[in-house]
Amino acid sequence: MHPALQGLLTIFIGVGGCVGYFYGANLFLDKVLFKAEGPNAGRNINRANMIRPWLFLMPALLALGIYLAYPVVATLRLSFLERLPGNEYAFVGFDNYTKMFAEPKFMEALRNNILWLVIVPAAATGFGLLAAQLTDRLSWGNIAKSIIFMPMAISFVGAAVIFKLIYEARPEDVAQIGILNHLYLLFGGAEPQQWLQIPFWNNFFLMAVLIWIQTGFAMVILSAALRGIPEETVEAAIIDGANPFQIFFKIKIPQIMSTIVVVWTTITIATLKVFDIVFAMTNGQWETQVMANYMYDKLFRANDWGMGSASAMIIMLMVTPILVWNVYNARKEMQ
Amino acid sequence: MADLKLTDVAKTYGGTVDVLKNINLDIKQGELIVFVGPSGCGKSTLLRMIAGLEKITGGELQIDGQVVNDVPPAQRGIAMVFQSYALYPHMTVRDNMSFALKIAKKSPAEIDEAVSRAAKILQLDEYLDRLPKALSGGQRQRVAIGRSIVRDPKVYLFDEPLSNLDAALRVATRIEISQLKESMPDSTMVYVTHDQVEAMTLATRIVVLANKGIAQVGTPLELYERPENEFVAQFIGSPAMNLLSGEIVETGAQTSVKLTAGGLAKSAVPTQASDMGLKVNIGIRPEDMVETTGDDYAFEGKVNITEALGEVTLLYFDRVGDNDAVIGKLPGIHADLRGRSVRMAATPEKVQIFHNGRSLYYR
Repeated sequence: MHPALQGLLTIFIGVGGCVGYFYGANLFLDKVLFKAEGPNAGRNINRANMIRPWLFLMPALLALGIYLAYPVVATLRLSFLERLPGNEYAFVGFDNYTKMFAEPKFMEALRNNILWLVIVPAAATGFGLLAAQLTDRLSWGNIAKSIIFMPMAISFVGAAVIFKLIYEARPEDVAQIGILNHLYLLFGGAEPQQWLQIPFWNNFFLMAVLIWIQTGFAMVILSAALRGIPEETVEAAIIDGANPFQIFFKIKIPQIMSTIVVVWTTITIATLKVFDIVFAMTNGQWETQVMANYMYDKLFRANDWGMGSASAMIIMLMVTPILVWNVYNARKEMQ
Repeated sequence: MADLKLTDVAKTYGGTVDVLKNINLDIKQGELIVFVGPSGCGKSTLLRMIAGLEKITGGELQIDGQVVNDVPPAQRGIAMVFQSYALYPHMTVRDNMSFALKIAKKSPAEIDEAVSRAAKILQLDEYLDRLPKALSGGQRQRVAIGRSIVRDPKVYLFDEPLSNLDAALRVATRIEISQLKESMPDSTMVYVTHDQVEAMTLATRIVVLANKGIAQVGTPLELYERPENEFVAQFIGSPAMNLLSGEIVETGAQTSVKLTAGGLAKSAVPTQASDMGLKVNIGIRPEDMVETTGDDYAFEGKVNITEALGEVTLLYFDRVGDNDAVIGKLPGIHADLRGRSVRMAATPEKVQIFHNGRSLYYR
């Protein structure tokens, strides 16, 4: 069968199956299991209503259980095991973890991740806030916003390719196609630099990609929040004698603080999981390793399931508290 | 504590849309001036121009003898209370009130003193550490007023401060504002409202705005008793003043007007002999009408609807001729008048005469 037809058939079966399940299960509950008639009609209706939510939640719970909860448990289990030849496993306790922590490449990934964690959310939120505030009063502000938002539509790998070209270095006697080196030479740089191979600083060149992408996201959300601030509070501050900086920092920012926290934590989570950019641009060479790429290296390149799983657990351990904080703030904001 | 002088003040949007023009107004220290007018007449715009939130596109605004057209709001010595309170939601009552002083870099002791003084005047002492969201509407408005008081401004500006409150609270807060004014007799206040009762009860003088300009300036009772034109006559007072068309048939210290609807009205407004035969409208307030059985009546009509409110009864007459429907307001309960033909009269002192919309009293 033609693959396109296969795809269509799959969609048809999937959607039809869902509709069929909800409709059929509901019908079965009302017409067969607890009929809304006879001497026990009232009791039956109550029982049916108690079961119905579970009936409807079941597919989602099952899917989440199989694809989310089970992998977490399995990964945790794998992180305590060592794979032996012949599909055998041996329990090794925390060996994978201790081995991992002794590895310089892991410590480098951990250090870099913390660096990303500190810089990317702060920079993206800061630039986003700045862009939101500055484009708000411009006649062409919406065009500016669209342009700033556009990177959101580009995949991480695509963005990585774009920036690889920006950082591209050609021999000195050839025209530079990388804009950074072009500018560098224009402003008196001695020779083209291999930007991505300068240890430590190359981390920042990688972060620039994620900041570039996430600024648009931060801007859109914060711009909406800024517009939600009652105009009178700003006018009252003007009359109270506040200058534009004081209005921005003492009146506007505090009023959108919960939105800022949500944006910040959302970007933080995206940052902790960063993989594609590093994978596509340096693959962790020249001291740019990050946790997710380290995990990929261990799990799929070195085929070391134990250490790969252990590093996955570390990533999860780092993301979870921020995720909880994020959900807590998002809920608070909704009230 | 200052005089306020507006000379030919005008507001134009985009160079073509006139909102206000030729506003001339002299506000003396200690006055409470109320701007009233129908919606969209520019009363809030005028207030915001005084505040400095809207640019003055023509004329001159002086505060305390100084032209302030281009002075930023904070340096004009004004404070403003907004309809929506405009409290800073993330600050406690204390921080809300002290914000302006902190910006002005006053010493902590000075700020503390100003805040506790204002809190005492407004009975906000026990709420100082609360956030605005934990306060009722009336308390929020008091905080907004407190925020003005602490700055000790030359001029207080109120932009419909009671409109967001429910009826009972509105009355209570109105009385509080009136007491506040009394406790600060030297402060100048400008107050915008669309509520006549607020205007009548609070104002030293009322400015009625209409048609992009000032229709009349005067004390509340001047406006009520001697409106300068038909607009003010109908705008002040509820229900609106009745206007009946007619023709002057007797001039002198007292004027008689023969009404097209049939009656004859005598007015204490003096006229000259040359006014004989002039087409005029007479104005009689519903509450000035009295029922009469004699032949000396101003208006006769069939009562279409009665509304007995207890203390008064409103009589809605059928339309006669080209006049607007006449409304009478009689003290007491008169539900039995419905469907009957009733004659109404008024004492000459209560009868206004308008020619081309302007009162003959002011010429």
